[in-house]
Amino acid sequence: MKLFEQPAHVLHDMLVNKEITSLELTQAVLARIDEVEGDVQAYLTVTRDEALAQAKAVDEKIARGEAIAFLEGIPGAIKDNICTKGVKTTCASKILQKFVPPYDATVVQKLAAQKPVVLGKTNLDEFAMGGSTENSAFHPTHNPWNTDCVPGGSSGGSAAAVAAGTAVWALGSDTGGSIRQPASFCGVVGMKPTYGRVSRYGLVAYASSLDQIGPITKDVTDCANILNIIAGRDEMDSTSIDSPVPDYTKSLVQDVKGLKIGLPKEYFVKGMDPEVEGAVKVAVKQLEALGAEVVEISLPNTDYAISTYYLIAPAEAATNLARYDGVSYGERAEGAADLVEMMTKTRSQYLGEEVKRRIMIGNYALSAGYYDAYYLKALKVRRLVKEDYDKAFKEVDVIICPAAPSVAYKIGEKIDNPLEMYLQDACTVPLNLAGLPGISVPCGYSKDKMPIGMQIIGKALDEETLIRVAYTYEQSQSYHQDRAQLGGK
Amino acid sequence: MSYEAVIGLEIHSELKTKTKIFCGCATSFGAEHNTHVCPVCLGLPGVLPVLNKRVLEFAIKAGLALNCKINNFSKFDRKNYYYPDLPKNWQTSQYDLPICEHGYVDIETSKGKKRIRITRIHMEEDAGKLVHSGNTIKDSETSNVDYNRTGVPLIEIVSEPDMSTPEEARLYMEKVKSILQYIDVSNCKMEEGNLRADLNVSIRPKGSDVLGTRTEMKNINSFKAVEEALEYEIERQEEVLEDGGHVIQETRTWDPDRGVTLSMRSKENAHDYRYMPEPDLVPIITSDEEIEAYRKSLPELPDARQARLESEYGLSSYDAGIITSSRQMAEYFDEVVAAGADAKLAANWIMGDLSKNLNAEGIGIEASPVDAKRLGEMIGLISKGTISSKIAKKVFEEMWKSPDSPEKIVKDKGLVQITDTKAIEAIVDKVIADNPKAVEEYKGGKKKAIGSLVGQVMKQSKGKANPQMVNELLTQKLG
Amino acid sequence: MKVTKKDMENVAVLSRLAIPADKEEQYTQQLNDFLEYVDNLSAVPTDDIQPIAHVLPVSNVFREDVVKESLDRQLALSNAPLKDDGYFRVPKVLED
Repeated sequence: MKLFEQPAHVLHDMLVNKEITSLELTQAVLARIDEVEGDVQAYLTVTRDEALAQAKAVDEKIARGEAIAFLEGIPGAIKDNICTKGVKTTCASKILQKFVPPYDATVVQKLAAQKPVVLGKTNLDEFAMGGSTENSAFHPTHNPWNTDCVPGGSSGGSAAAVAAGTAVWALGSDTGGSIRQPASFCGVVGMKPTYGRVSRYGLVAYASSLDQIGPITKDVTDCANILNIIAGRDEMDSTSIDSPVPDYTKSLVQDVKGLKIGLPKEYFVKGMDPEVEGAVKVAVKQLEALGAEVVEISLPNTDYAISTYYLIAPAEAATNLARYDGVSYGERAEGAADLVEMMTKTRSQYLGEEVKRRIMIGNYALSAGYYDAYYLKALKVRRLVKEDYDKAFKEVDVIICPAAPSVAYKIGEKIDNPLEMYLQDACTVPLNLAGLPGISVPCGYSKDKMPIGMQIIGKALDEETLIRVAYTYEQSQSYHQDRAQLGGK
Repeated sequence: MSYEAVIGLEIHSELKTKTKIFCGCATSFGAEHNTHVCPVCLGLPGVLPVLNKRVLEFAIKAGLALNCKINNFSKFDRKNYYYPDLPKNWQTSQYDLPICEHGYVDIETSKGKKRIRITRIHMEEDAGKLVHSGNTIKDSETSNVDYNRTGVPLIEIVSEPDMSTPEEARLYMEKVKSILQYIDVSNCKMEEGNLRADLNVSIRPKGSDVLGTRTEMKNINSFKAVEEALEYEIERQEEVLEDGGHVIQETRTWDPDRGVTLSMRSKENAHDYRYMPEPDLVPIITSDEEIEAYRKSLPELPDARQARLESEYGLSSYDAGIITSSRQMAEYFDEVVAAGADAKLAANWIMGDLSKNLNAEGIGIEASPVDAKRLGEMIGLISKGTISSKIAKKVFEEMWKSPDSPEKIVKDKGLVQITDTKAIEAIVDKVIADNPKAVEEYKGGKKKAIGSLVGQVMKQSKGKANPQMVNELLTQKLG
Repeated sequence: MKVTKKDMENVAVLSRLAIPADKEEQYTQQLNDFLEYVDNLSAVPTDDIQPIAHVLPVSNVFREDVVKESLDRQLALSNAPLKDDGYFRVPKVLED
């Protein structure tokens, strides 16, 4: 394998053993960016000079014989809705195209303590609203397994970069599946931790009660290691959970004996691509063969999750995005006679279509006369969805289902039909509504050799079991060692 | 037709915390513009609020002091509207589960005691400040925004529409201010906008129980303006109805210079605040034990203090009411008494010469040049007979100008009362000898004439002769 | 059609968005389609269900009343579209 194809834990060992330098590694990944970024377009900003300077600093440290942290000197990327002090953070929106945060997100501060090499900021659907990265105001990102296809979204840039070898690791954010679905489409590992496990401070809010930051990596081992770095209570985030952070690498054991896996019957119904369903069921059989017990379970309110999600998320988005008004940061439209006109022109001119659509849906659902029928109703059904999981987890340890109802589709194929696009989130949104952790691990391919992801869902704060199951499965086959071959088909 | 007014107040009070409600920026007044700001209060993308614990403590204390029930479960909500002094374009406030509900205060009106119910008290953040380029907002082509005040903690105290006269509204607001000062949760500096009220008023035919259409006047920040604005607005509404018109539900501004309220021609119905639970803040759960602990931590409140001054010192209800109207004055009074002064004399001096001087210089009692201890000592000198009440006024004026003790002033200025009979007798004899006409009149039955003789003696003794002794000696000598 | 043109205009005002005249119909149609799509929720009996605003049981998170350093003013204004002598400048404010 080439350097840029290796996972972080392998590269870390190579650095420690002085088989490579961080500069060689960084240059290799930057060369890979030069080679394929034109086809993949995973990045919005590449911070080449800073990356090289950081790599050199780490090499000097290694040369002095000092110990290095897990990510130290290893190049990775950050989704462009996570604030980086002094580095543009655009959320793939024209309205923030020149926005430079004066502060770092908490996860960025935590990462910085490890001195990783940060290569830049990755593309996303504008303000994380979308599932294909086609809603980026700047350019779409292409799937490294087939550049005619979408990488999924909204963390499509992060997933594509890790799959293409233009980043060893990446951070994404997941509001309704935005880490797990692109990970599945790009054949990499993506985890949405429990709501509150990772601080949201500095993550530009889409839907605050659903958003969560998580790692996108080449394998489960890297995922556990990065979760170790970013998890934990943050005094800047009231919703972050004050619960001890275990060493997740201790869960990298191959053992699922006696573990109870629930297969929700509601997930394997209409609209599910048979190839996806087949691959996930084969993977579950594999886990069964490794000693797990598999039972069918029911999550009866699953059918309502999409509607619930698409009322709650836009309602929160409508208020979260009210701040983009041209007053104190971001773009401002020219030629407005008064303040209201300035705000209206600014928002109309600089926000994208899907963002505007969700803002209007949200404001409609919150407005006088419709609040009870839509927003309040959704908050009630949200409780029912959560209670489904509470009940199921009394019987099982994890729940397994696909991470997406299909493999990656062609760019442009669904963009004109928002409602069909929303259906793509059916497998992922229920977890966000319930606040639960979920991980997507590669479990096979379609006949067109497009990756399929298996989603493992755990109890709140039980990322350890997720990692154990994911790792056990991963080590029982070799999908995590496959690498995307760029090109269209 | 004869009308009665129905008045309700929403009082906003800034809490005296060191930092803002959701971030660590300082709240101190008068800083250079846009220097008390951070990513959180600027509402930058990605930021999150964390509640200042002291804000909650102060809100609970205010609730208890205003006889409210403290809700065991409370939460924050987003109140959505666009305004440039509100960086997120929503105000973090409380909607359906405020921290306090169902309180009241009693006010003493000219017609007796009246209870004003309090609907609720909630916590919220203040907005920033717009500085207009022109004289008014209307003739400004641009405005500048200062976010220093953005995020300063407020409590909003909402009353029931229980007041029926402007006087009651003023008394209610004065009482609320006094209570907030007693419990030390707000500076209540009205000139700095720490305490301001939105006034809601409607009128209806006397005796009717149907509410009329109300108007609102926002951000009234003096007691005088509360009374004047309501008086004007009630009269205006009466004229509208008398002329066969309808009162329009609207927000009006009070122009204190012209003494009128003006329509803001608002599109009030365009306001749809779209309240939603604030997902970035977690619920507040307060146990009954915690609430009891807060209750125990409260100082003596004005009503209790007034009752104590009446029973302990025999002060009149009126005097005790004035003394306890502010915590500073009540504490000053207690210190004066502790320094050895007679309580009734202490009350008279505080309400009399002291208040007169403070008002003349426009300073508060806490900044009085004559502190409570010195005033107490001076009153002690009166009680001992060292000085007369009349001389005491001179001593007080000297004390106002110098930090010396009253004893020293009396001694240095030679103001000790003459109680030596022989010394007074000598002056009395001289005055009798020098004023044969007055002596004649007195002896002829015009008893009042003794007054001018007493005056002469006092004058010649430079006011120091004990007036009672002078009186006695004169009466004796004139037979 | 649940959503009227007037509803759409109201939503646009609440959203501070302008709907171009030629798109008004399309937007209204899309919002209608969406509402039809989420209408399956109306079949869920929820009269006895409490709405859930916070999915995990976290409560009473506070910070101490301790002053932290504010942003340098220049940095605070660094992203401002228009500034003036340490202020953020906005166009004419018409009272609403």
